[in-house]
Amino acid sequence: MEKTYYKPEDLGKFGNIADWQPELAKKFFDYYGEVFKEGELSEREKALIALAVSHALQCPYCIDAYSTGSLEKGATEGQMMEALHVAAAIRGGASLVHGVQMMNKVKEVSM
Amino acid sequence: MTSLKRQEHRLANSLIQLEVLEAPRQNGEQFALFQDKLEAAGLYPLRPTGVEILQINVGKMCNQTCKHCHVDAGPDRKEIMARETMQHCLDALDAAGKQIHTVDLTGGAPEMNPHFRWFVEELSLRGKKVMVRCNLTIILANPKYHDLPEFFRQHGVEVVSSLPHFSARRTDAQRGEGVFEKSIKALQMLNAVGYGKHGSGLDLHLVYNPAGAFLPGSQASLEKEFKQKLLKDFGVEFNNLYVITNLPISRFLDYLLQSGNYESYMEKLVNAFNPVAAAGVMCRNTLSVGWDGALYDCDFNQMLDMKLEKTAPEHISDFQLNSIDQRAIRLNQHCYGCTAGAGSSCGGATT
Repeated sequence: MEKTYYKPEDLGKFGNIADWQPELAKKFFDYYGEVFKEGELSEREKALIALAVSHALQCPYCIDAYSTGSLEKGATEGQMMEALHVAAAIRGGASLVHGVQMMNKVKEVSM
Repeated sequence: MTSLKRQEHRLANSLIQLEVLEAPRQNGEQFALFQDKLEAAGLYPLRPTGVEILQINVGKMCNQTCKHCHVDAGPDRKEIMARETMQHCLDALDAAGKQIHTVDLTGGAPEMNPHFRWFVEELSLRGKKVMVRCNLTIILANPKYHDLPEFFRQHGVEVVSSLPHFSARRTDAQRGEGVFEKSIKALQMLNAVGYGKHGSGLDLHLVYNPAGAFLPGSQASLEKEFKQKLLKDFGVEFNNLYVITNLPISRFLDYLLQSGNYESYMEKLVNAFNPVAAAGVMCRNTLSVGWDGALYDCDFNQMLDMKLEKTAPEHISDFQLNSIDQRAIRLNQHCYGCTAGAGSSCGGATT
């Protein structure tokens, strides 16, 4: 095993996953390509969503790809950071909203 | 900021730039040769489809010193085209007749050449479509340039202007502090005389090129974004957005090397090679003239001092359309910049 789990050059080898299972990889990459085409959302908006999700998943490959990807699609630094705050707000909110559950439980077992 | 030439920087020497482009990667591997890619696509040797556009670089003098400039232009550059050389260009155009229908004036800031207005008038008299690559800030740089929008309008000049982004931050990072604000003012002045307005017949195109080591996104999507933003925030209108890839030469090459992005950028360009874009490269229908009258396949080859191959004339005063149309176009690794993705040319994407 390598000394580190993540190597930047591995991002460029993503397509190699097809070596061991070509049919499913093809379906995935075709789907992936379709998803990012301009639709009712612009390519820039989709890149920003991908950037936010990348941070929520804390995927270094995705952060690398969609930082550049967002720039390529014309996003500003401000838009990119706002997208991250959306991810952060949902992550934070997802913890805090469970506070209601905690409060329910505490009330249930308390006198 | 001064030009690489003024700094006596090693990359001011075109031979050293070519050495960098031809050198193997740090791991010893070589990037695939551009020539081999063309050969595989059935396009080698690359031949012109016939010259239709004469792109004339009237000088390296510029009021700006952009970080990515492939010309290494700036206020400290004194090379400008003499009137005599312009006359040679006019003679060549007369000899070529209708086949060369368009003249694309570039620089530096072409308007800084003292013979610029005379030259435009002469071209316009000959019925040529005249395009000027205007950096916008020149219009505000000195009172003597304030009437340029009106001058352009009178002669039906098509204005092509760089605006790397609709955010001030990204534009200024590439083109210099305060450039965005001045560019917007200049665009508003061009709009005021009718440029970019629907039905005016006065074309105003913007050029987007990435402010960094990444490739441009889709031209259609970026155009939509630019139109919405510029209209909403500044009331600015324009016709088309031309998306251009930065080629790894001169100051952009210096940036790539300094920032440690050179290899990954070249890799992106090589991996994005598109045979369809390769068939539509601009050097197939454009001839480039240097400030001293020397002839080149394109403005990039010009900056690398790669003159037309020996079977074609060396200087505009020896212009001879047949041998120019039959020549083989000279290539090197920088050519990947024009064939990546959707392709890139002075008129934007080529596919």
